[in-house]
Amino acid sequence: MMASSYNAKEEDGPHSGTPGLGGAAVTKSKKPDNTAFKQQRLVAWQPILTAGTVLPAFFVIGIFFIPIGIALFVTSNNIKEFEIDYTGVDADSPCYSCAKDFSWNSTTSCTCSVDFKLEQPFESNVFMYYGLSNFYQNHRRYVKSRDDSQLYGDLSALTNPSKECEPYRTSNGLPIAPCGAIANSLFNDTLELYYVDSNGTRKEIPLVKKGIAWWTDKHVKFRNPGGNDNLTVSFEGNSKPVNWRKAVYELDPTDSENNGFINEDFIVWMRTAALPTFRKLYRIIQKKSSNTATLPSGNYVLEITYNYPVLSFDGRKRMILSTISWMGGKNPFLGIAYLTVGSICFFLGVVLLIIHHKYDTRNTSADIPS
Amino acid sequence: GVCAYVRTLLFLYLSRPEIWVDSRTIYIGHKEPPPGAEAYIPQRFPDNRIVSSKYTFWNFIPKNLFEQFRRIANFYFLVIFLVQLIIDTPTSPVTSGLPLFFVITVTAIKQGYEDWLRHKADCSINECPVDVVQRGKVVRTQSHKLRVGDIVMVREDETFPCDLILLSSSRPDGTCYVTTASLDGESSHKTYYAVPDTMAFRTEQEVDSLHATIECEQPQPDLYKFVGRINIYKDREEPVARTLGAENLLLRGATLKNTQYIYGTVAVYTGMETKMALNYQSKSQKRSAVEKSMNAFLIVYLFILISKAVINTVLKYAWQWSPDRDEPWYNHRTENERQRHVVIRAFTDFLAFMVLFNYIIPVSMYVTVEMQKFLGSYFITWDEEMFDDELGEGAQVNTSDLNEELGQVEYVFTDKTGTLTENNMEFIECCVDGNVYIPHAICNGQILSAASSIDMIDSSPGGYRREHEDLFFRALCLCHTVQVKEEETVDGIKRGIHQGRPTSFYISSSPDEVALVEGMKRLGYTYLRLKDSYMEILNKDDEIERFQLLHVLNFDSVRRRMSVIVKSSSGDYLLFCKGADSSIFPRVVSGKVEQVRARVEQNAVEGLRTLCVAYKKLSESEYQEACHHLTEAKLALQDREQRLAHAYDIIEREFVLLGATAVEDRLQEKAADTIESLHKAGMKVWVLTGDKMETAAATCYASKLFRRSTQILELTKKRTEEQSLHDVLFELNRTVIRQRSMSGLSVDCLDFGLIIDGATLSAVLKPNQEGAGNGNYREIFLEICRNCSAVLCCRMAPLQKAQIVKLIKASKEHPITLAIGDGANDVSMILEAHVGIGIMGKEGRQAARNSDYAIPKFKHLKKILLVHGHYYYIRIAELVQYFFYKNVCFIFPQFLYQFFCGFSQQPLYDTAYLTLYNISFTSLPILLYSLVEQHVSMETLKREPTLYRDIAKNSLLRWPVFLYWTCLGVFDAVIFFFGAYFLFDNTTFTSNGQMFGNWTFGTLVFTVLVFTVTLKLALDTHHWTWINHFFIWGSLLFYVIFSLLWGGIIWPFLNYQRMYYVFMQMLSSGPAWLSIILLITVSLLPDVIKKVLCRSMCPTATERAQVGVGETADFTFQPLYDPIDE
Repeated sequence: MMASSYNAKEEDGPHSGTPGLGGAAVTKSKKPDNTAFKQQRLVAWQPILTAGTVLPAFFVIGIFFIPIGIALFVTSNNIKEFEIDYTGVDADSPCYSCAKDFSWNSTTSCTCSVDFKLEQPFESNVFMYYGLSNFYQNHRRYVKSRDDSQLYGDLSALTNPSKECEPYRTSNGLPIAPCGAIANSLFNDTLELYYVDSNGTRKEIPLVKKGIAWWTDKHVKFRNPGGNDNLTVSFEGNSKPVNWRKAVYELDPTDSENNGFINEDFIVWMRTAALPTFRKLYRIIQKKSSNTATLPSGNYVLEITYNYPVLSFDGRKRMILSTISWMGGKNPFLGIAYLTVGSICFFLGVVLLIIHHKYDTRNTSADIPS
Repeated sequence: GVCAYVRTLLFLYLSRPEIWVDSRTIYIGHKEPPPGAEAYIPQRFPDNRIVSSKYTFWNFIPKNLFEQFRRIANFYFLVIFLVQLIIDTPTSPVTSGLPLFFVITVTAIKQGYEDWLRHKADCSINECPVDVVQRGKVVRTQSHKLRVGDIVMVREDETFPCDLILLSSSRPDGTCYVTTASLDGESSHKTYYAVPDTMAFRTEQEVDSLHATIECEQPQPDLYKFVGRINIYKDREEPVARTLGAENLLLRGATLKNTQYIYGTVAVYTGMETKMALNYQSKSQKRSAVEKSMNAFLIVYLFILISKAVINTVLKYAWQWSPDRDEPWYNHRTENERQRHVVIRAFTDFLAFMVLFNYIIPVSMYVTVEMQKFLGSYFITWDEEMFDDELGEGAQVNTSDLNEELGQVEYVFTDKTGTLTENNMEFIECCVDGNVYIPHAICNGQILSAASSIDMIDSSPGGYRREHEDLFFRALCLCHTVQVKEEETVDGIKRGIHQGRPTSFYISSSPDEVALVEGMKRLGYTYLRLKDSYMEILNKDDEIERFQLLHVLNFDSVRRRMSVIVKSSSGDYLLFCKGADSSIFPRVVSGKVEQVRARVEQNAVEGLRTLCVAYKKLSESEYQEACHHLTEAKLALQDREQRLAHAYDIIEREFVLLGATAVEDRLQEKAADTIESLHKAGMKVWVLTGDKMETAAATCYASKLFRRSTQILELTKKRTEEQSLHDVLFELNRTVIRQRSMSGLSVDCLDFGLIIDGATLSAVLKPNQEGAGNGNYREIFLEICRNCSAVLCCRMAPLQKAQIVKLIKASKEHPITLAIGDGANDVSMILEAHVGIGIMGKEGRQAARNSDYAIPKFKHLKKILLVHGHYYYIRIAELVQYFFYKNVCFIFPQFLYQFFCGFSQQPLYDTAYLTLYNISFTSLPILLYSLVEQHVSMETLKREPTLYRDIAKNSLLRWPVFLYWTCLGVFDAVIFFFGAYFLFDNTTFTSNGQMFGNWTFGTLVFTVLVFTVTLKLALDTHHWTWINHFFIWGSLLFYVIFSLLWGGIIWPFLNYQRMYYVFMQMLSSGPAWLSIILLITVSLLPDVIKKVLCRSMCPTATERAQVGVGETADFTFQPLYDPIDE
């Protein structure tokens, strides 16, 4: 279509009396260039996927993937993970009453404690997660209900949050900080872990609350308006999110580097999870010395300040303790997948070898007369 | 221009009943006719402005946008964009707005640029100076200011600014020479005649004093037709009426030659009404088979898209039936949303899903396909092998829409003369009353001693015979329309003086005539020139004989003969006629018919072109009567054609047969080889010619269309005269079927060739035959044709050629047809066939101009079909399939994600990725692939035409293949999504225990997607040039760099920062790397296995050829591990 319009153009053009003498010069320039590109003769590598050429590739994949798979599988198996559901669905579970009697308006917090036993000691650093199920942090309405400018410390967004935050944008005529559904539903259970000695005394295990959020989030993406000092003043004109019990500048009053928008628990929550069942890093239990386990085997008590209702949407809450390797947490899938794919490739290599033997000889012999 | 013109025409056509008159009246010099003569009705005509541009500065944007959005695809994207603007949709309007904007802008810029070029060209044409006679003076003005009725003066080598009626010329005989090369490609000089009453005018004043009106028909595009009348008023007398024909009309675009100057009036048509402008109409758009499949696929995908959206909408409402799911405490709706009616909400959700999944039909596919076609077509024009040094021209692409159709051709319809044969005629012999004369010395242009050049077989000089011989040679010297062109003058000196005689050469639109006149020259009768309507002949005795040329009864393809009426110096009126044997013999009353007929038939079998010559002596009264018939017919304003035909029929009767001539038409270079290759490639070659059966059959044998083993089936008039058509058809059908069943599987051992002639064909095609069973021979005929490897249709009228093509096109297999021809008579079939190829031949440029592709020689057909066509087909097939595949891969994970995000239309990927996926991350590799891919080397394709069969019948775009690609896409998408899902499922990904969010999930899927899709293309690439390397690895690199940049900065203009550091965090995690590698491998695995297995189990011819090449070519990947060969 395009070409036709051009050609028509050439013929339309002014033929204003050019005698035929100039013809020779014109025709000379018409001759196409003899370049490799124009003649489609560029030097090229012409690989062909035949059984013969693919065979080695399959074996190579097999040879690489199977060891990787084994390594991943072993690593994953060595990771210790402990998970406990403390939602309190069943009547005999410790948090049943907290869960059942939950009310948004109660001023006193309900606490419950769950006992559990670690069969094996956790040697290296232990990471403590809370896990939620059936919680749609990836719901579209939820995901977009935030104002990144506000969280970046933008003052105009502080007083006039983005429309996306609706219906969590204003409360009592004051703009909410931090606005939006994500911030509003900040996970606010408090978890404390105690080790129970053989003689029955409880020993609180120190939980580190720093280093749980991405460094870039904490230092770049999230900023308090007007610096980290005097947060009370900065947030003077704002209202707290409706479901919060305390204002944003009260998240961690003890540490100004962890308060307000740059509170790490808050930042972790603000990174919306991909799937409705998810876990989020809550605390880190650091290894103290090389000769004692971070969490020795034995009995433990998990003390929960139960503030976060999930039963209304049939959700579950869990606490997870996990060690971490170079490949992250416990995930047998990757190792198994590598092993499977590696084996399949190896197997296919063998099959192809047979096929290659059987057919290609036949084909080549058939080809010779032609 | 075309558009504007079509509208004008349409307007004129629609408003026809009111203001349309069959003729227009032009007042020369804008002078009113003398009172009383007739009413002066000034008609309004357009000015002489040529407008080929479509737009003006002001209407460009609205008009261009309107035109672009008329395309269904653009409109679809516009609707999606508007939906995104109006309702709250998951993706921002930018994601579809930006690509759409990009496409629209690029197209607009391209069209704007083209239009600007047109404006410039229009301007230079419209402003070129023109001399107009006003008030007795020559005034210089600009071309576009010319008006109908102006008197224009044109000098030598100037182009006519509009369609003019020739009033007078500087030549005393009132003629002028014109070349119409730029109109129809005929470089010969044509003679045009001035109106006899005005041809004596020499000065401006004289011309200006002319008082006349011209009546003529309304503009119509036929270049060779014009009917008009000039009424000249002289001092209160009755006006003198003179007929005007095409020979008086100088066409815009033609150039004045060998004539110092002329005066013409802007008699007829100006501006957009000139015949030249009328001829630049757009041809009907041809659509390729690939485009049709593409549209079918699109409809399937549209269906998939809608069903996806419906499924998700239904599931969404089923899922959120419980209010705790619909609105859990952490995720309330706004008050506004709550108040909306549920039906409206559902509809909005449906639209939102549509928007979310709309990328499955990518806007970029259209752009890429268009670019591929446009850019790809340059390889045809650049091809050096298709460049003809003699002609100084290479192949031309007039439409790039059909590139891939060249790889799908099943039927080739070829013209014979000028296409298969050179159309370089050589006079072989003539026969007068059965005596054969052969000029034995063949020296082009050289005149040999007259006596020695005649070899008389029978030398008894009887008086009767002598008389016939004289008449015969004179007939051939006089009965033609050949012009004598003298050598060009250089530096004012006539160089044409050679051996005492001016060397000159003959020009004619028919090469046969030139061959005949040159043959006569060799036999001693030289046609010198036409001067003052006297034709001069130099006879054997070096005497000049003069004949007054009275009338020329021009050749036409219906009559298949031409005549001249001359008056000899002795005062006899003679009518000489030459034409095809079939049109002469029935009109002959005496002469040695049998001997001549025998000779003609013998020559025809040898592949020579024969013509018969006859004459008739006219008495004075007979002449007057003939004159009367002719002038009456010529003067008629209406039905002039029919009247002329009738007049000719009356005049051309009762001939005395003189003899016949034989001219050889040599086969084109490599014509036989080309035909053989086409046969091997599985194409059926049909020769459609106007020639007679014997000649055409001879050519067919020579060109190996028919081989010695070919069993010829004849379906000719001769046979149907003996038997009824019905019987012949059934008998042939029986033969064919019997042979086929006998030969069983080996079809090759016997092939049939069918010969059919025009008369029989029209009988076959006539609807509603009586007594023919079901009354339809068409099917039986097609059945016979299907079983013939070659078909020869002779005695075809141009329109019948198109009919044949149409017949085959409409047969139940709907084969792809290709028509190739070089002459104006092939235009109809070139336009009718799926692909029309014109040969830049000697019979003018009409075929080449109306064709889709023009090539210099028939032999180039081999390369354009077997190499270019093959390449284009596999390229575009891959392009189309790949585009659908990569968008399934792209969108299906989003579909799956809906099941895990509460059907909330949450997009999986970031807006930037959604927008750029089709525009930049995956677009260039496929575009470049589709431009440079060569799955088999060019040499192999040429050497083994059978490879063409591998892609026949649109084999790469059939439904199973399409289904395979779609399934592969779905499989890959499932791998991407669930691979990432199981990795993300409840676990940590990093060595510092931190968690990833949904955007990392999407980015992981997207990264795997981009790599897989690009590597899939890499696996399909058989021809790795630096271009492929550059674009494949380059676009992957671009993706990585873009992602790093996109996530590396807090973008101040964005209201969200969700991608901040997401990509880098992902790359810092070991398992992410490992899973990317794993998922890519798994996604590519099935395709590799399928390829290898297919190749090993049942390799196609192409695949075998690839391996065959692999063993010899230098840059081939040698098998690393090949235990068998060791």
